[in-house]
Amino acid sequence: MDRLLNIVAGMSVLLIGLVFFAIRRAHIRVEYSVSWLSAALVMLVLSQWQWALRQVAEFLGVNNAPFALLLIILSLFLIVFFRFSVIISDLKDANIALTQKLAILEYQLQHVQEKHSPSRDA
Amino acid sequence: MITPQHSNALMILIPAYNEGGAIRRVVTEVRGLLPQIPVLVIDDCSTDDTRTEALAAGAGVISVPYHLGLGGCVQAGYRYAYDAGFSYVIRIDGDGQHDPQFIPTLFRTLRDSPVQMVIGSRYLQGKVPATSFARGVGIWFFRQILKLILEKEVHDPTSGFVGVNRQALEVFARSFPLEYPEIEALVVLQRRQFRFAEVPVVMRPRLAGVSTITALKSFYYVLHVLLGVVVNILKYEGKRRKG
Repeated sequence: MDRLLNIVAGMSVLLIGLVFFAIRRAHIRVEYSVSWLSAALVMLVLSQWQWALRQVAEFLGVNNAPFALLLIILSLFLIVFFRFSVIISDLKDANIALTQKLAILEYQLQHVQEKHSPSRDA
Repeated sequence: MITPQHSNALMILIPAYNEGGAIRRVVTEVRGLLPQIPVLVIDDCSTDDTRTEALAAGAGVISVPYHLGLGGCVQAGYRYAYDAGFSYVIRIDGDGQHDPQFIPTLFRTLRDSPVQMVIGSRYLQGKVPATSFARGVGIWFFRQILKLILEKEVHDPTSGFVGVNRQALEVFARSFPLEYPEIEALVVLQRRQFRFAEVPVVMRPRLAGVSTITALKSFYYVLHVLLGVVVNILKYEGKRRKG
């Protein structure tokens, strides 16, 4: 059991390090890193604070504490993935609206330029 | 630039993706039959000469900078038409399957009937055109689904030969299904208590190119549209952003 908990703790630390590295390099925006950091912190705390883990397992009605931890990790990641699906959908909608507006504006601009081009006046 | 020349103006909208082999003939045919009606082609980032061919035929061409798919492409046309002040838009395919001779019939129905949308249906003529088994089953399936939702039969729910008036144009300019939009669009209209009519049309073989619909895509189509229909029924419009 201890080995599994230590592996989870190691992965949590790795994830936190990875997220901070990505923030520093501007690969991820701070507001989107919060979900990952929160998930990693919950994993870290529960894997190292066994009393808390046992309380959570008892609350969930699971006899095996590590199994409860895996269940929590899975739930956390599902929530994070769902949040990112919402964000991606939002971005896609915005992207399509912008693309359409850009294409329409380009079309209108071309006609304005043609109307005012010197060759037309000559 | 395409602008309405009078009130109650009609615009012909042709979404096109890699239709270089057919688009010139389609636009020329429409302009020959209806010289006063502006034709707008939305080029969905084609990799062939769709844009130049459409321009050469005298259409206005809006080119989107990346491939949006049919729904995004059609919505761009609806957005333009709505902002420009057109009262009616009739959409035809860029592959020549929709005979422009039926455009006046669709337009008259749209203008003179209390409906917001008109569908050109290939299944109202008596003689049922040949179609693949998978497509036939799909159409039958969605007819049954739509009959339950709309409380009215739709004979050709997958037809892209569609006309809309300004009320529907306003709705579609803001919100339009992105992939396989025809069936979902009917549900969108139904939620606003809009009405539609079907008029008989004859579809022709495509002038160029081949259909990209495979058996696997047909299966995906059914799943996608079914989910889209359910989502559109459940959609909460109150929080929808302005696009």
